[in-house]
Amino acid sequence: MLIKSRKSWHLTENDVTPEHLYLNRRAIMAAGGAAAVSLTAGACSAEEAQTGAGRGAMPADGNLTARETDYRPPDGDLTSLDAVTGYNNFYEFGTSKTDPARYADRMTTDPWSIEVTGHAERTGRFGIDDLIDFNALEERIYRLRCVEAWSMVIPWIGVPLGPILESFRPTSDARYVAFETYFNREEMRIGPFPVLDWPYVEGLRMDEAMNPLTILAVGLYDRVLPNQNGAPIRLVVPWKYGFKSIKSIVRISFVSEQPPTSWNRSAPNEYGFYSNVNPNVDHPRWSQASERVIGAGPFARRDTDMFNGYADEVASMYAGMDLAENY
Amino acid sequence: MAAAQRSPALRSFAKHWLKPLTLIALLIPGLWLIWLWVQVFTFNPTALGFDPVARTHHFLGDTALRVLIVSLMVTPFRDLTKWAPIIQVRRRIGLAAFFYALLHVTAYLAFDLCGSLPGLWEDVVERIYITLGMAAFVLLIPLAVTSNNAMIRRMGALAWRRLHTLVYPIAVLAVFHYGFMVKGNQMGPWVHGAVIALLLGYRAWRGISRPDSSFRTRLRQVTGTA
Repeated sequence: MLIKSRKSWHLTENDVTPEHLYLNRRAIMAAGGAAAVSLTAGACSAEEAQTGAGRGAMPADGNLTARETDYRPPDGDLTSLDAVTGYNNFYEFGTSKTDPARYADRMTTDPWSIEVTGHAERTGRFGIDDLIDFNALEERIYRLRCVEAWSMVIPWIGVPLGPILESFRPTSDARYVAFETYFNREEMRIGPFPVLDWPYVEGLRMDEAMNPLTILAVGLYDRVLPNQNGAPIRLVVPWKYGFKSIKSIVRISFVSEQPPTSWNRSAPNEYGFYSNVNPNVDHPRWSQASERVIGAGPFARRDTDMFNGYADEVASMYAGMDLAENY
Repeated sequence: MAAAQRSPALRSFAKHWLKPLTLIALLIPGLWLIWLWVQVFTFNPTALGFDPVARTHHFLGDTALRVLIVSLMVTPFRDLTKWAPIIQVRRRIGLAAFFYALLHVTAYLAFDLCGSLPGLWEDVVERIYITLGMAAFVLLIPLAVTSNNAMIRRMGALAWRRLHTLVYPIAVLAVFHYGFMVKGNQMGPWVHGAVIALLLGYRAWRGISRPDSSFRTRLRQVTGTA
């Protein structure tokens, strides 16, 4: 049974228009205005207009400036930068939690491009700066809940995924979004036992991808992402187990059928497509009722929240679905 | 190795040093873990990484399995080198494997389940790797309890040895516990599994090929043929 406890910081939707929404609207209007000006001038294409005045590029020094938001878990301190960047799962670089910090430096993250394919009007190859306006970055402090029953609280820097997907003008056939991680045998540590079929792939239903909580992150703790955390650009879906938040994205595809996901392919009885954090549905390996809190003392534990504490924002998307069946 | 056997230095080593040195070697992983925990609570909170509990589980599990594998190596080592005194330490190696497994289970019960026995039962029923691991641990208990001279005398050598062949299925259960625990297709369980397969394969081969093997002796005793 789901017992909802409304938190003090949880305003209902009627209470306010969230700042990030009206600011987004302003940004869209400003971008529209800029596009109109440039089209009148006949100077450049729509794509160029997107990277034109007002937009920011990834800073060379790696320092990011982001607007603060209300997104912050009601309990729990930020996990230290050392832990966030020193305790990672990025199996392409090894299965030990310290392997990514040790070996992910080998990954080439510049130049970087993302191929957008599938059911959308605007597809092709895009650079980070084409996708992300570095002047519109937000800080989103989210709890990351790993399926291995541990959690962190991380100050991500990024932008909502929804408006970016909209900018590709997905068609009505686009019911899911598929993502793929960079893969390069030379730079990664793929041994005789490769753990999974590479490259790593993940996916979201369209409404999940468009949910305001879902972001593309380019940084954490006011710096560009370290490679072990999924540089230069990754997904963060805070109400799902961490492996859904795919790292180092090189492909985004709009698809009509539920796309394959790496862990689901490896062990379908253990990892479902949805993989929503759910303390009431146990994973065959781990009880999901509680979690170890990384960096908060050797024995720190907390009870796991339904949808990782984001039930108010996401539960409606799964109304009528059997969450034990659709795990 | 007849020459080696005659070497007075080696004989003296076997007599005075082999057992205490083995004991010290078997204690090292445990003392090392204690030392890391002392650091965690004093000057180095990340001595065991950012998830010290998970690290402790893996350390104790790895150690228990590896010490168990070493205990399975003693007999082949004796056969290969003809150095009989090594058998003196087989029992304490097996006992050490049991104690590391006991610590492994205790840590899991204390840190993950907060001592909840219903929780333990739920895990045993629901999670295949816990089922296998607990089966391995439970089967180790009679071996540990009987690993002393008094019990050997009471049971008789034949019954004792028959009971202690349980160590073979225990090793298999333990490595499957490991294999079902890790995510995806990883190397660790395969390597440990291959070593165990080699050691058990050796016993099967020896049992079939050698007329004086304990297997044949037992077979003769069981069937009553001289």
